[in-house]
Amino acid sequence: MSTSKARWAAVTGHALFWPVVALIALLVANTIYRPGFLSVEMKDGHLYGSLIDILRLAAPLILVGMGMTLVIATGGIDLSVGSMCAISGAIACLHISGQPDQNALGGVLVALALGVGLSLVLGAWNGALVSIIGIQPIIATLILMVAGRGLAQLITEGQIITINSEPYKAVGVGYLLTLPLAIFIAAGVALLVAAVTRRTALGMIIESVGGNAEASRLAGIRSGRITFLVYVISAVCAGIAGFMVTANVSSADGNAAGLWIELDAILAVVIGGTSLAGGRFSLGGTILGALLIQTLTTTVYAMNISPQTALLFKAVVVIIVCLVQAPAFRAKFARRRPAAPAAPIAADQPKEQVPA
Amino acid sequence: MTTTSLAPTRAWWRIPQRYVPVLATLTLLLVMYAVGVSQYRAFSNIQVVFNVFIDNGFLLVVAVGMTFVILTGGIDLSVGSVVAMTAMMSAWLLQGGMHPAPVLLIALLVGPTLGFGMGCVIHFFEIQPFIVTLAGMFFARGMCTFISKSSIPITDPFWTSMAQERIGDPKGNFVSTSVLIAFVVVLVGAFVLAYTRLGRNVYALGGNQQSALLMGLPVGRTKIAVYAISGLCSAIGGILLSFYTLSGAPLIAVGMELDVIAAVVIGGTVLTGGSGYVFGTVLGVLVLGVIRTLITFDGSLNSWWTKIVIGGLLFAFILLQRLIGIRKK
Repeated sequence: MSTSKARWAAVTGHALFWPVVALIALLVANTIYRPGFLSVEMKDGHLYGSLIDILRLAAPLILVGMGMTLVIATGGIDLSVGSMCAISGAIACLHISGQPDQNALGGVLVALALGVGLSLVLGAWNGALVSIIGIQPIIATLILMVAGRGLAQLITEGQIITINSEPYKAVGVGYLLTLPLAIFIAAGVALLVAAVTRRTALGMIIESVGGNAEASRLAGIRSGRITFLVYVISAVCAGIAGFMVTANVSSADGNAAGLWIELDAILAVVIGGTSLAGGRFSLGGTILGALLIQTLTTTVYAMNISPQTALLFKAVVVIIVCLVQAPAFRAKFARRRPAAPAAPIAADQPKEQVPA
Repeated sequence: MTTTSLAPTRAWWRIPQRYVPVLATLTLLLVMYAVGVSQYRAFSNIQVVFNVFIDNGFLLVVAVGMTFVILTGGIDLSVGSVVAMTAMMSAWLLQGGMHPAPVLLIALLVGPTLGFGMGCVIHFFEIQPFIVTLAGMFFARGMCTFISKSSIPITDPFWTSMAQERIGDPKGNFVSTSVLIAFVVVLVGAFVLAYTRLGRNVYALGGNQQSALLMGLPVGRTKIAVYAISGLCSAIGGILLSFYTLSGAPLIAVGMELDVIAAVVIGGTVLTGGSGYVFGTVLGVLVLGVIRTLITFDGSLNSWWTKIVIGGLLFAFILLQRLIGIRKK
């Protein structure tokens, strides 16, 4: 009896328990509201269905979330990813729109390379501000968040650049092996990040920098370089997400592309159980968080609620998920039920909060 | 690093270091104004200065609230949405035929209530201010469209009289009532921060929360209070905005929190908390206002240059703060 209770406590105490419950609850609610929700059809060799759509639309968020997870794991934050999306999308679309043949694969590849290259430069700028000059991450990236939107509009000259390029469009809405290409790109990047961080010591090093940058430097880790690196990775992830966002609509809008994706990405990371204080991270959690956010968005749209009002639901979900994950909240809750084990909660005390 | 003299050393540099950021902002503001005057003849008109205040009165009020929050080392992302929600709610209630007085009262209560709630969550459940106020931002913005999906015009006589009232000299220069209200808020904010127990607590909390706690200062109460103050300032800002635009629109003031944070940082307040002045924030708001005016006067520059220039200024001022921080050590 006590073992089953302990097992139950272990399941409910797991960081990802409540996000999974929320995701399942959303899916169930959707299925009740629209019985055809879960069905996936095969049409013209492509799979169609709400679930596939959710996966496809969540792809940019997953990409941005990957980079954001690593940044947050070092105790930082990257607010500039939304602007990065807009910039990389804008430069890619600008290059393609200047080509004589927009469908030429070569031109599209150059455009993608340009976007990634620019993201690298901007990521290096963020990384240098944080690791070399030592500015707090939230402020350092705030600079590019504000100025980046201006840069994106400077690139597009305030216009919305519309392109008609099949290869570029494929990044957002193309199909490969019956599934949307975007899913493969997001999954590929996620696997790459997971392999590099979890199969090598890099993940541990990133966590140690997040735990205490100075101590890890004294222990022989080049903290500065690691910090620099995560901002570059985050920028590149955001740049690729920018291609998807612009390819989805075949146009680059300096104002709207990737708007608020930084907030969604931070939410996905936090819902996934990565502490904003740094020191540990969960890539799987972030993917789960991104899927949860996208499912919520899709649900709200499917119920004919305006996108703006959808924010109301997002706020409620964020607060509930954060509350049930907060150690302080759990401790208060646990005190009322003495049966619940208090020890793991005590061991899970948050380290000193970063000034956000 | 290793030797620290106990007696305060005064070099030729007589200005206390804590005033350097504010003075840098002041210098920048004067230089920008001088550039404007030298380039454009109409710029020297005193009405240009008044217009900066008229166009940025609500921003000024919100920035005062944000100064309180940032001084404690926190951040409030919800301000822009709360401004919009307050304007929206006032417009909606007025459209329903309610008397202006209760409308003002309700509008002024909603913001602080939300701020109080966010402060409680931040303090009692130890969730980062960033996340909590982000949720508050989503909530308030969602409420806007929940009230109405399209903008609501305000035709109430009190509101229109507040919008059209011109206070000025016989030569025709004038300010709106909103500017006077903003000045009152600034003065009250400066007084509270400099001369009251709450203000001291805010600085202490931002300097070092642990020390403040050990000194027996009411850390929790102060923390909750600053978010409530920020909510109140956003509510006042929302009412001023509804005076200014005579309507409530669900998508108004999107991204305003960034302008406000930028203004506070340019005004010399350190984002880790503990150091900064309301006067600096006023200067920061004016710098933003003058940049916009300069770009409007130029005519050949596009609006996106505003963002790039603000980003550049943010960088410069953060670098300055950092340099001062290094020298302190």
